[in-house]
Amino acid sequence: MRNIQKFGLALFIIGLLIFSYIPFIGDYQLNVQLVEKLVKEEHREVMTGILEPMYDKIYTSNFSFIRDFKELFNAYNQDLKDQQAWDKVIWDNYAFSVTKAAAINPVQEHPYKYFGVSIILGVIGGLMYIMPLYRNEPEGIKNNGIYFSSMKARGVLGIFTGTYLILFYVILYWLPEYMTNLVIMVDPLSEALSGNEASQWFLYGLVYTLAILVMGIRMFKKYKGNAYQTIRTGSVMFFQLAFAFLLPEILVLFNMPWHDFKNIWPLDYSFFYEYRIEGMVSSGALGMFMLIWGILLIVIGVPLLTYFYGKRWYCSWVCGCGGLAETLGDPYRQLSDKSLKAWKVERYLIHGVLVFAVVMTALTIVNYFMKFDLLGQATNQLHSIYGFAIGSAFAGVIGTGFYPFMGNRVWCRFGCPLAAYLGIVQRFKSRFRITTNGGQCISCGNCSTYCEMGIDVRWYAQRGQNIVRSSCVGCGVCSAVCPRGVLKLENAGEEGRINEMPIIIGNKSISVKS
Amino acid sequence: MNNRKIVIIGNGISGITCARNIRKKDNEAEILVISGETEHFFSRTALMYIYMGHMKYEHTKPYEDWFWEKNRIKLLKAWIEFVDFPKKQLICQDGKAISYDILILATGSRPNKIGWPGQDLKGVQGLYSFQDLELMEENTKGIKKAVIVGGGLIGIEMAEMLRSRNVPVTFLVRERNFWDNVLPEEEAKMINKHILEHEIDLQLDTQLDEIIGDDEGRVTAVVTNKGKKINCEFVGLTVGVVPNIGFLIGSGLETSKGILIDHFFRTNMPNVYAIGDCAEFRELVAEDRKNIEQVWYTGRMHGEILAHNLTSQNQVPYMPGPWFNSAKFLDIEYQTYGQVPPKQDSYTDSFFWNDAKGKVSIRLNYNKDSNVFMGVNALGWRLRHDFFDRALTEKWTIDQVMGNLDKASFNPEFYKPYYQAVLKDYNSLKGNNIQFKKVSLFRKLIGSRA
Ligand SMILES: Cc1cc2nc3c(=O)[nH]c(=O)nc-3n(C[C@H](O)[C@H](O)[C@H](O)COP(=O)(O)OP(=O)(O)OC[C@H]3O[C@@H](n4cnc5c(N)ncnc54)[C@H](O)[C@@H]3O)c2cc1C
Ligand code: SF4
Repeated sequence: MRNIQKFGLALFIIGLLIFSYIPFIGDYQLNVQLVEKLVKEEHREVMTGILEPMYDKIYTSNFSFIRDFKELFNAYNQDLKDQQAWDKVIWDNYAFSVTKAAAINPVQEHPYKYFGVSIILGVIGGLMYIMPLYRNEPEGIKNNGIYFSSMKARGVLGIFTGTYLILFYVILYWLPEYMTNLVIMVDPLSEALSGNEASQWFLYGLVYTLAILVMGIRMFKKYKGNAYQTIRTGSVMFFQLAFAFLLPEILVLFNMPWHDFKNIWPLDYSFFYEYRIEGMVSSGALGMFMLIWGILLIVIGVPLLTYFYGKRWYCSWVCGCGGLAETLGDPYRQLSDKSLKAWKVERYLIHGVLVFAVVMTALTIVNYFMKFDLLGQATNQLHSIYGFAIGSAFAGVIGTGFYPFMGNRVWCRFGCPLAAYLGIVQRFKSRFRITTNGGQCISCGNCSTYCEMGIDVRWYAQRGQNIVRSSCVGCGVCSAVCPRGVLKLENAGEEGRINEMPIIIGNKSISVKS
Repeated sequence: MNNRKIVIIGNGISGITCARNIRKKDNEAEILVISGETEHFFSRTALMYIYMGHMKYEHTKPYEDWFWEKNRIKLLKAWIEFVDFPKKQLICQDGKAISYDILILATGSRPNKIGWPGQDLKGVQGLYSFQDLELMEENTKGIKKAVIVGGGLIGIEMAEMLRSRNVPVTFLVRERNFWDNVLPEEEAKMINKHILEHEIDLQLDTQLDEIIGDDEGRVTAVVTNKGKKINCEFVGLTVGVVPNIGFLIGSGLETSKGILIDHFFRTNMPNVYAIGDCAEFRELVAEDRKNIEQVWYTGRMHGEILAHNLTSQNQVPYMPGPWFNSAKFLDIEYQTYGQVPPKQDSYTDSFFWNDAKGKVSIRLNYNKDSNVFMGVNALGWRLRHDFFDRALTEKWTIDQVMGNLDKASFNPEFYKPYYQAVLKDYNSLKGNNIQFKKVSLFRKLIGSRA
């Protein structure tokens, strides 16, 4: 490692440490005016009362502040629940907004400084590490030492990284009140973009986008000379930055609903939720366009593009989850499970999630028109189960947190309902396949090892069969790492795409189905 | 047929392919595969990637471990010391006897040793088996310098392996250019250059004279035929492989360099066959073939055909299609189809093209008189096997091949369309005006091949 890389790594780690420390600095103080400002009108009287014991007390840590807040708040609710006075219970979660507002700390004074020494320092350090990678080395496969690496082969560093990521997601989804300082830090940036204060989602989107951009540059270095990888990586970087991050914020600036035009139901599982539909319908022509565009993508865009190009057009070129997997997750792609058993589990799980998403959405739409009380409650229940189990736990905590344990496509492989839908089209009606080059395979196993989706590519390649699998996201890495030029991603046509017999393996005596 | 006991010695590509294909057509036969090397079949060609940290041993196994039991292919990890053909018995190292009805010898190769002084010192080794790899791991721990002797495919792999761990390597090659007993000069020179680019000290036209060791019997240096002494702690000897048949000598089995077989893989012993690296055809199977074929693909074909013959009334001889092979020299991939000898004979013409950076090339050979296409070599350019198999079998002319070269490319999408530059050069050389068939924009957009 060059010195500049070591220095970069050190800066990155310092940035990360500061980022992790920021949530714990400063004091917290609550007063009645703050509470009045923050809570909904109908809760104003009650809330100001509940929180009274906290007023004007100085808390020196968010832990003690949040503990007191939750104690008071929960005690109130518990009483009502015990009396079965359900309609009086306060279901809104005020912990995040109250904690954020009560904070008194230097981050508020100097948000950009803190932003600079945490996130920006991390980015700069990361780039200093990445830019010199493979400099002066010939173009080629750069997989040396992956299985000796603690980070990339489930060593201590990998376990640590996975644990950190899991912790980050748990806090982000379920305990955001503990990361308020970080959100405060990016408030001015959010205000500049959308005119609104930041939420934890803005912070997350920002970090997410930066991760894709920085690690995308690493992909350019690693796969230098491979045009497919370079263009594909450029594409996910663009779609993340423009469509997932900037455009939605700009929409908000113009009083439009936050909307990611490239996100498609059922990955975007809340697309047909009442609040989303109302948001779109009530936002004029552009809102109508969002609704129609979203539906067109589902019914025409997905089947048509998948017919011509395979699901890769979305999963490894456009999608945000795929974008993170292909950049931040690339160092972990070899950790996916290739066993037949894993493939079985995969098919049950991913199609199970698809069925769940479809049923839930169907009920939601029926409910939207019928407005039955009972149905409404049922759909609400379903929404919260799905949001918790699939939207947060599966897609986030497991999906990303498990990169260093189970590879970079856990969510895409086992959970994503859109991937399931795309996959069904890809398997049964598409021109896309990975063509096997006759008899050139030497069964070395590089292709299977580096398949992030856990496809045993070699199984097909060594018997001269094309690879036609619903899960293939078309990342093209099997083709890149194959030392014998056996694999080629193609949209060549439907004829001869699925072949039982080998295409040709150089044997004129007989042709056997292997 | 029914309950016969088929025993295969050797769990490499040839033995395993044979076992699998027998099982597909014969549900009854008892199948036992014996090898002393590893319990399960693994890909020998991937040994280098284990050393380089691209894969672990388990990734080189083409089938999961449950596969064998499910297909009722029994595995035995043991070394066979002797075969008693009259009694139809194998004797294991531990003395155990195993009987057979049908015996298939698929024992592969072992590294060739030439008899250099010092070749048995510690730190001196070849690379063929899994044990060799383990030994290499041990022998190269903490070393500062290595020498590789022999400019073939395994030699360059060993050099690459060591470079992946930043060990300085001197590479002694007897030939004037790397592998120029197979590669034509231009290609061989491109590889020379690429070897240097990887900071491997390539010494061409140089042979090993002697290996020197210390008192403990560890290698300390080599001396070349040019009188140069090179200090090192590791020497890789990679001067080819020979059939691994030592344990069969004197058993009554007819052997020469390898086990002698006919085109149906039959040895001189009844119900005993030989396939893969260890076999030697008594008569050439085709003009352009060798008696001993030591590559992966041929081992696989041998296994398929023998399995067919053992499970069918209709016996077929070994009839390979046009020759093909591939390799990778560090970062440059190599593929060949048909015949491209290192030196042209009087009736062949050769069209050679390479790109400006010297990393991509193609050579197409054809008959001077008939213009019939004879073979192709490509470096840094993947070519379609079925395209060239067809061109060779159907005896296309060189012009026909050139006019379809766009369909012959197997490079990933978005790669430079080298075939355009090639055709341009070919046209200007020949004064031709061959054109690729026009492809409509729509077809281009959807990536249609037709
Ligand atoms: C490093 C390396 C790289 C290679 N790369 C390529 C390549 O890229 N392309 C290519 O085409 N070819 C390549 N080859 C050659 C290719 O691997 C061989 O041609 C092929 O493996 C031969 O297969 P086989 O089944 O005939 O024998 P083997 O794979 O050698 O299997 C024979 C088995 O029999 C066992 N055996 C032998 N004797 C006994 C006994 N007495 N008792 C018990 N067991 C016994 C051996 O231990 C061995 O496990 C490479 C070879 C090496 C070593
Ligand atoms: S990487 Fe290539 S040669 Fe190796 S197993 Fe896969 S297809 Fe075969």
